[in-house]
Amino acid sequence: MRRRHFLTLSAASLGGVLVFSLDRHPALLSAQNKRLRIPLRFFDESEALIIAAAAARIFPSDDSGPGAREAGVAIYIDRQLAGPYGRDLFRYTQGPFEDAPPELGYQGKATPREIYRDALKNLKGFDRLPPERQDQILQQIQSSLFFSLLRQNTIEGMFCDPIHGGNVDMVGWQLIGFPGPRISNYDDIDKHFGEAFRPKPVSLSQMTGTKIRPSEDQE
Amino acid sequence: MKTLPSVNVAIVGGGWSGLLLAKELGSRTALSVVVLERGISRKSEDYADAMDELDYSVRMRMMQDLSQETVTLRHSQNQRALPLRQHGSFLPGSGTGGAGEHWNGTVPRFQPDVFELRSRTIEKYGASRLPEDHAVQDWGITYDELEPYYTRADLLLGSCGKAGNLRGQRIDGGNIFEGPRSAEYPNPPTKTPYFSALFRDAAKSLGYHPYPNPAATLSRAYTNPDGVTRAACSYCGFCERFGCMIGAKAQPTNTLLPVIQKHKNVSIRTGAWVRRIVHDASQDRGKARGVTYIDSTGQEVFQPADLVLLCSWTLNNTKLLLLSGIGHPYDPATGKGTLGSNLTHQLLASGATAFFDKPLNRFMGSGSAGIVVGNFDGDVFDHSRLPFLRGGNLIAMSFGHRPIANFGVVPSSVESWWGSEWKKAALSYYDRTGRIGFAGEHLAYKGNCLDLDPTYQDRVRDPLLRLTLDWRENERALAKFAAEKATEIARAMGATQAIPSGPLGHYDATRYQSSHVQGGAIMGASPERSVVNPYLQHWQIENLFVVGASSFPQNASANPTLTVLALTFRTADAIVDRYLKAPGPLA
Repeated sequence: MRRRHFLTLSAASLGGVLVFSLDRHPALLSAQNKRLRIPLRFFDESEALIIAAAAARIFPSDDSGPGAREAGVAIYIDRQLAGPYGRDLFRYTQGPFEDAPPELGYQGKATPREIYRDALKNLKGFDRLPPERQDQILQQIQSSLFFSLLRQNTIEGMFCDPIHGGNVDMVGWQLIGFPGPRISNYDDIDKHFGEAFRPKPVSLSQMTGTKIRPSEDQE
Repeated sequence: MKTLPSVNVAIVGGGWSGLLLAKELGSRTALSVVVLERGISRKSEDYADAMDELDYSVRMRMMQDLSQETVTLRHSQNQRALPLRQHGSFLPGSGTGGAGEHWNGTVPRFQPDVFELRSRTIEKYGASRLPEDHAVQDWGITYDELEPYYTRADLLLGSCGKAGNLRGQRIDGGNIFEGPRSAEYPNPPTKTPYFSALFRDAAKSLGYHPYPNPAATLSRAYTNPDGVTRAACSYCGFCERFGCMIGAKAQPTNTLLPVIQKHKNVSIRTGAWVRRIVHDASQDRGKARGVTYIDSTGQEVFQPADLVLLCSWTLNNTKLLLLSGIGHPYDPATGKGTLGSNLTHQLLASGATAFFDKPLNRFMGSGSAGIVVGNFDGDVFDHSRLPFLRGGNLIAMSFGHRPIANFGVVPSSVESWWGSEWKKAALSYYDRTGRIGFAGEHLAYKGNCLDLDPTYQDRVRDPLLRLTLDWRENERALAKFAAEKATEIARAMGATQAIPSGPLGHYDATRYQSSHVQGGAIMGASPERSVVNPYLQHWQIENLFVVGASSFPQNASANPTLTVLALTFRTADAIVDRYLKAPGPLA
């Protein structure tokens, strides 16, 4: 069994009052909580810090609101890569592997886990660089398969149901006014024309009152 | 190989057509019926906690497992086909209910002239107007013959809408371009969400005839003729790629399964991967003897049956016929043979993307709530001076915007696609963006066809099905025309920016279009040009019926499910009322 890795976060390194998922329970990380240890399933700590930093440049925390750090995107990606998605369990992976026109989709052999690991080799120390330098590096690789996966996975981690480890405290949903799995919009669907209707978000387990087991845990 | 006790009827595939036949035969006969479904067992109650966008919509939990089997694709005969390694342009379902579980529930009828496309087009425009390499054919039935079955399908699902043509009388507010209906819809239209309402009002102001999208997501609680009651839709916005949480969207598990379960003569075996239809050696006549399949324990078994009903979705129907050596494989080089010809895929393009300065509350919606403009459908407008034949529908659906799939669309003035600037723009446009879609016809061409791939294999080492498929100039010109019309309506809706969709290039397997793939085992009036007769009975093997959109000679603009159900009802009647009494060719 692999040695257990933790993502150790300090309030200082993240800059301010943040919310993170810790073993499914949302936790408030304030300046008083100096350190928070989150068990990792796929990354080691240095890899998780690099991914957290890169996701934070794709979806930054800025004056338009919280971003990938607050939503726990790195934790989300870690769990996805550890699960069936990361290992390509549902993709057709028989050879031969050949180059194809873009309309035929990704034809490579590498799994998302392999694509991440491979890219991480060239990003050592990324998390300790200033943001401007980080942006330059991401611009250099923005046409790579790794970057398109990272961008897509970052959006997923911002807006997935919190059971998946991202969108902690529904911070992503609050940002865009998405109420989550709302049981009925029957009385509202043909009202509120031209004005924002923003019900308070509920998560899937809040809505159903049951514990939901996400696909990445089903192995 | 283990041989099981014989049954009267073996149905391959447990989706809409297979389970509808199981329900009809179970209710109306004492025959022993077994449904062989290779996916997992599903029931309506499974979906109570299914509203998880990531697992269901992004990771596509309800779709066929492509690690087991996919198809290969190439654009033309001289290319090497490669496997579609991940889901893209269409989404085959799996498990009880098949793709009928995860659909959106849009249930239009086809235009009457669709069924006689070749004759009507030549009659009006002359044979020279059809593209040189076309394979357009008549279906061997007419709209009028199918109409009673459309009505039965509408009653089964509880279709919601407003008739625009009731026994020949045109009714404003419905689709005035549709064929005559013998009855009003069983239920009134769904509610109209804001974005769709803006589209409706703009279309009216431009002189078009918008109408509510025909829907199988119920506008009110409904009990169908089988006594099955379903609840009214709550517009939760989790429809396509999901099973319905409350059973408001008609699915085989909530509409057919409750009836099937009452009949002891019908059983459903899941995990049964059918490999061959066993039949007499001759290619030109003889009978099916049953099917072989790999069961859920991995053992290969032979299930003898008196009647085999192949209902395993468009592409798999053709694959199983090819693997079983039944019928005459189509050769595009010579034009000889029929099996595998006439592959089409509904032309679903995003006509225009519209940005607004006000919020649209697009999280609310349902899979089939929306407004349709049919003024450019089929041949309802004159094509004499246009560079294309046929048409399609402009549609403003309110599916319910879910954030992973929809976040990040920004006007073209925003150049970045990540970082602060992009984030700000994407946040501000997230609920201010809408797409006017276009669902257009795809003509059949000689070069678009199906056969077995020479290289790639499925999990049981059978060859994958190979698709040779690309758009032609007719579709490209039609998509361009539709984008212009969609942009015009978007501007009239008050969009601050309306961007027409770009030119249609090659067939793109990476972009979801629709799961409306048709052809391969087409129906027709003669065995020289079709695989099955107008009752979907195989021309050569009389106790084999091949049911589903595999039978469509070409695509119609409208979504296919209601037509599949209508044809399936007609086949059920033909089997029960005629074939069982006097087995033999029905046509």
